[in-house]
Amino acid sequence: MRAGSFSGTISLLSSHPFSLAPPRMNDPATPRPVVQRPVIPRPHPASPLALFIAFSLLALQGFGGVLAVAQRELVDRRAWLTRTEFVELYAIAQMLPGPNVVNLSLMIGDRYFGWRGALAAIAGMLLAPFLIVIALAASYERLAEFPAVAGALRGMGAVAAGLILAMAFKMLATLRGNLLGPWLCALLGLTALVAIAVLRLPLAWIVIGLGLSGWGLAHWRVAVLDAQARLCPASADTPTPSDPAPGAQP
Amino acid sequence: MNTLPVGDVLDLFVHFLMLSLLSIGGAMSTAPEMQRYFVVERGWIGETDFSTAIALAQAAPGPNVLFVPVLGFQAAGLPGAAAALVGILLPSTLLSLGVSRWGARRRDTALVRAFTAGLAPVTVGLVFATSWLLALPFVSAAAHRNGALLLIALTVLVTLRTRLAPIWMILVGAALGAAGLA
Repeated sequence: MRAGSFSGTISLLSSHPFSLAPPRMNDPATPRPVVQRPVIPRPHPASPLALFIAFSLLALQGFGGVLAVAQRELVDRRAWLTRTEFVELYAIAQMLPGPNVVNLSLMIGDRYFGWRGALAAIAGMLLAPFLIVIALAASYERLAEFPAVAGALRGMGAVAAGLILAMAFKMLATLRGNLLGPWLCALLGLTALVAIAVLRLPLAWIVIGLGLSGWGLAHWRVAVLDAQARLCPASADTPTPSDPAPGAQP
Repeated sequence: MNTLPVGDVLDLFVHFLMLSLLSIGGAMSTAPEMQRYFVVERGWIGETDFSTAIALAQAAPGPNVLFVPVLGFQAAGLPGAAAALVGILLPSTLLSLGVSRWGARRRDTALVRAFTAGLAPVTVGLVFATSWLLALPFVSAAAHRNGALLLIALTVLVTLRTRLAPIWMILVGAALGAAGLA
């Protein structure tokens, strides 16, 4: 009963994070879906090498963290992902152990080219920056004597903070279509913000505690929305990620 | 930079394999445990080395997890760097690959839909918190506060209004900082 008309509608939109790639033809680990979804043409990487180059280029721009640059390059400039897909993939990456941007690279690469894509994306994300940071560590003693170097690092750090802040505003806009509705979204988001920035609680507590709360609340909302869809079939195919939040309904 | 016997590098590798599975929310969440292991328990590096490793990874391009191979490098040279990086990534990467494929096969189920929708607002809150924590050291230093605030505001404006690649903003920030203006 759960997988009713509502979830069927969602899968047609090709906007869920787990459906961002065209179906893979040659991967025996993924059974082909019985019902073929219409594939909306959209930009995508041509090969694992293209993934490697794209992730190398974005990693090399990522001073003070790669996340904001990844959003900029993959969503705003290359349009491989929508903003909503990016937020949801990142949410999953964050819940899993390991560096978030590495998990994100892995999931994006895997969707396009299986394990070869995952490997290409991770290698792109890490190889060149690894060589640079080790070279820096080896020559750090000499560099730190110049005040201009310290000043340049400070300026780059401020820009990095600004990039993350701008990304946060963009991510905020994607919550408009979230099935939790505006009030629950605000509650969860503000609690996370205060817990980390003000209370300085361990990140693992917050990710697990608030993540499980959000998951439970969203599951409850799905059940409510599916029940409404059954009672009132005419409105069954209205909720889409770009529609106003379902929380606006009574 | 030091060198360590092969047995110690192996010990480091195994320790990081274990830390990998605990690093929910990113490698930075295990930084206190790494500090305990490297500085207190083993005495391979000093406290200042530890802070330097994190600052270098922040300043260099690439993911912040690269402070981990810098720690390995400080303790045991290139073999240490490689052991630390592979150790911290291997288990979490295999687990993430498995979980994300599992989720992909069940993307239309209520549980998986609820998972992505329920986590999104928490994630947005965490990114706002990250920007706050990153801006704090620049904004709290009185000598550089105005320059830093201006640079942050300018970056937000340019990012939201244009399609300019971030590297140009970073370069402007570096130039202004080197000139003592930020």
